[in-house]
Amino acid sequence: MTEPKQQGHSPESRSTDVPLARRGFLGGVLASGAAAASAAATLASSSAHAAEPAKPSALPPSAKGAQAETGIPPDLGHGQGMPGSDFMVDVIKSLDIKYLPSNCASSFRALHESLIDYGGNTKPEFLTCMHEESAVAMGHGYFKASGKPLLTLCHGTVGLQHASMAIYNAWCDRVPVIVVGGNDLDAAYRPPGVPTFHAAQDINAMVRDYTKWDDTPVSLQHFSQSFVRAYKIAMTPPYGPVAISLDAALQMAPVHLHEGKMPYIPKYIPTSPPQGDSGAVKEAAKMLVQANNPVIVVDRAARTPEGVGLLVQLAELLQAKVIDQGSRMNFPKTHYLSAPATAIANADVIIGMELSDFWATVNAYTDNNSNDGHGTNASRIKPQTKLISINSVDLLTKSNYQDFQRFQVVDVQMAADAQTTLPSLIEAVRSAMPADKKDLIAKRGELQRKAYEEDKVRTRTAAALGWNESPISTARLVMETFAAVKNEDWALVASEGNVSNWPTRLWPMEKHHHWLGRSGGYGVGYGAPASVGAALANRDLGRFSVSIQSDGDLMFAPGVLWTAAKHKIPLLSVMHNNRGYHQEVMHVQRLANFRNRKVNLDGDMGPVGTSIENPDIQYHELAKSMGWWAKGPIKDPAQLASALKEAVAVVKSGHPALLNVWTQPR
Amino acid sequence: MKNNSRISKFNAAVLLALMACLSSHAMAQARAPSADQGKQAFVKNGCWGCHGFVGQGGIAGPKLAPEPKPIEYIQAFVRHTRGTMPPYSEKILSNQELVDIHAYLKSIPVGPDYKSIPLLN
Repeated sequence: MTEPKQQGHSPESRSTDVPLARRGFLGGVLASGAAAASAAATLASSSAHAAEPAKPSALPPSAKGAQAETGIPPDLGHGQGMPGSDFMVDVIKSLDIKYLPSNCASSFRALHESLIDYGGNTKPEFLTCMHEESAVAMGHGYFKASGKPLLTLCHGTVGLQHASMAIYNAWCDRVPVIVVGGNDLDAAYRPPGVPTFHAAQDINAMVRDYTKWDDTPVSLQHFSQSFVRAYKIAMTPPYGPVAISLDAALQMAPVHLHEGKMPYIPKYIPTSPPQGDSGAVKEAAKMLVQANNPVIVVDRAARTPEGVGLLVQLAELLQAKVIDQGSRMNFPKTHYLSAPATAIANADVIIGMELSDFWATVNAYTDNNSNDGHGTNASRIKPQTKLISINSVDLLTKSNYQDFQRFQVVDVQMAADAQTTLPSLIEAVRSAMPADKKDLIAKRGELQRKAYEEDKVRTRTAAALGWNESPISTARLVMETFAAVKNEDWALVASEGNVSNWPTRLWPMEKHHHWLGRSGGYGVGYGAPASVGAALANRDLGRFSVSIQSDGDLMFAPGVLWTAAKHKIPLLSVMHNNRGYHQEVMHVQRLANFRNRKVNLDGDMGPVGTSIENPDIQYHELAKSMGWWAKGPIKDPAQLASALKEAVAVVKSGHPALLNVWTQPR
Repeated sequence: MKNNSRISKFNAAVLLALMACLSSHAMAQARAPSADQGKQAFVKNGCWGCHGFVGQGGIAGPKLAPEPKPIEYIQAFVRHTRGTMPPYSEKILSNQELVDIHAYLKSIPVGPDYKSIPLLN
C-alpha cells in the first residue's frame, strides 16, 4: 500500500503534481476519457464555424501531462516483501477449498491475482461465473453433493447485492458458503470513480440477517483468524453461509510482522455438533416406545449418508412410518416404512427432525379467501397426539427474516442436531422397549408393508394418466429421464418448477446423493446454478448428474450454462418447459375467481404477467450458443427416449447437455 | 377433528341439495354440449393450470378425466367450493361452458394401465 507520506492532498494536486500510482490508474483513465470527450464536444461545436482552422482529432498531451506519464516517479513507497493477498491465499489453502466460483471484480483484484499466480489456480481453482447469484448457488449445490463448502468472491456492494438471494437460499437450506466481498474501506485512499461507488462502511450489513456470522478484518492476522473462524462456524451444524468483508488495501499491503513474527494461520479443528440433552432423549424414547402409532417426520435430518443409516435403524426398531419431506434424501424411498405425508393422521406420537415448518406438518392451510382473505386452518392430527422435535435451527433464529414459520407447541423440544442425537436416541429406544411390545411392533410393520404396496399402486396409476399426451406429462418426463440414467451412479441434483413431486414418488432413491433437495428459500433461479455446482462435485466423485430444469428458473441467470461448458462440467439438464411461472398462473387465477372477475389472458395461456410464451424461448439454442449439446423443443413423448439416450452419451463424455421439453403444467 | 367431521357432513348435505337444484338448471342450455368448445373453455378458464390439459391431475389438482364425475356434481362443486380450488361463478364460467367442459372431459379416452407401461414397473 502507498504510505500516506503527504497530508491534505487535494484531488487536483494528485492528478497533476504526482505521477500516476497504480491505484490511480483507473481514475486517470476516466479523467483522460472525460478530457477526450470534452475535446470532441469542443471540436463538434467549433466545426460549425467554418472560418476557424481545423483542429486535430486527438489533442496531444500537455507538457505537464506527458511528464507525469513518462517521467521517473519519486519513490512513494510500494511495499516490500510478500503481498498481503499472497498470505491470504496461504490461509485459504489451509482449508482445502477446491473451487472458487466468482465473477471478477476490481475490489478483490489483488487476491484474484495472488490466487491464480502465487497460488497456481489450484485449491481453490477460480471458476469464471457470469453472475454472483450463480456463484453462490454453485457453492450451495456443491456442498450438498460433496459435504465440502466453497468460497466465492464478489464486489462488496454491487456483487453482494447480486449474490444476496442465493445467500438467502443457502441460509434457509442450512448450507455453508463462504462469501468474501471486496471493499475499499478507507475513504481517504479510496480511488475515485467505480471503486467509490462500490465501497461501503459495512458491506456485510445487507446480508447479516441471513448469514450465520460475518467479520471485517483490519489486519492480516485478523484475516487469518476470521477466515478460519468463518469456515468453522459455517461448518458447525446448523450449517449456514458466512460473510467476510475484505479491504482492498489490506490485500495490497505487504505482510507486516505481527508481534515480531509472521502472522500465523490457525489450525482448523471441526466443532462437535450439538447433541440432544440426555434427559430429553430418554423422555422422547419413552414416548416413542409406548406409542401405538409413532410416526417419524424428517426434512434435513440426514446431513450425510450415515444419517440415512441411523434413520433406518430407528424406524425399524419402532416399525414406525417415516415421512420424508425431502429437503435432503433422508430415508430410502424403497423401504416399506417410507410413507406419504397423510400418514400422520392416525399418529399418537410424532417425532419431527430438522423440520423447516413443524406447524405446517401437523396443520393444513387452505387458501380459500375465508377470514378476510387469510384462508382457513385445520389440524391434520388427532387432538391428543404428542409431538417431539429435534432441531438445530432452534439454536440459530434471527428476528428479521422469519423463516421459523408459525408457532407450534411441542411436548419435547430439543435444540440439537438430529443426526448427532440419533445414536443416543436409538440406544434409549432399545433400552426403553418393553418385551411385551415386540409383537405389537412387528404387527405394525406388517400393516405398513401392505400400505406401502397399496400406495405404490396408487402412485403408478396416477402417473399413467396422460402418459401419451402432448405436451408431455410430467410423470412421463420424469420416468423417461430415469430410464435413461438408471444404470449410472445417478444423482438428481435439482428438480425445479414442480413436476408433481414425481421424482421423489417414483424414483428408487436410496443413497444420500440420489436427491439433494430444493432451494430452501424458494428463491427462483436456484436450479440452474445449484445443478452446475452439484455436477462439479459429482464430476470429481464419478457420479452422473441430472437435473429437472424449469424455464423460469433458467432465465434468471442463464450465464451459468456458459460456466458449465467453460469448465467442462458434465450435467444432463432436462427441461420442464411449461411456458409459464406456473405457481403464479394459479395464484392470479384464484384471486380473479375470489373477486368474481374474468382473468385477463391477453392472448396467452396464463394471466397477464405469468406466461413465458409469444415468443417462445428456444432454450436449446440458448444452451448451444454457450457451448452445450442441446436439442428441442421436444413435444412428442415418443421422441423423448432417443433424445435422452443421445444426451446421456454426451454427458458421459464429460460435457453438459440440455433437452428442451414441452411439458404439462405440473 | 370432531368439528371438522361435522363440517364435512354439513358440506356433503349442502352439496347434495345443490346437486339436486343444479341438475334441472344444467338442462337449460342454449345448445347441446360440445367437447370441442369444452376443450377451448378448459384452457381459456385456467382449468388446465391445476388439472393438466387432459384433466389428468397432479400435485395441484385432482384427476378430472377420464371418467369424470357427473355434471351435477361438477356444477355444484365448481360454483360453491370453499376448498383449495376457487369457485367459478356464472359470470366467469357460463353454464354452457361448464357442460361443454364436462363433454370434453367425457371425450378423453381411458389411457394405458400402468401395468402395461414398462417405465412404471
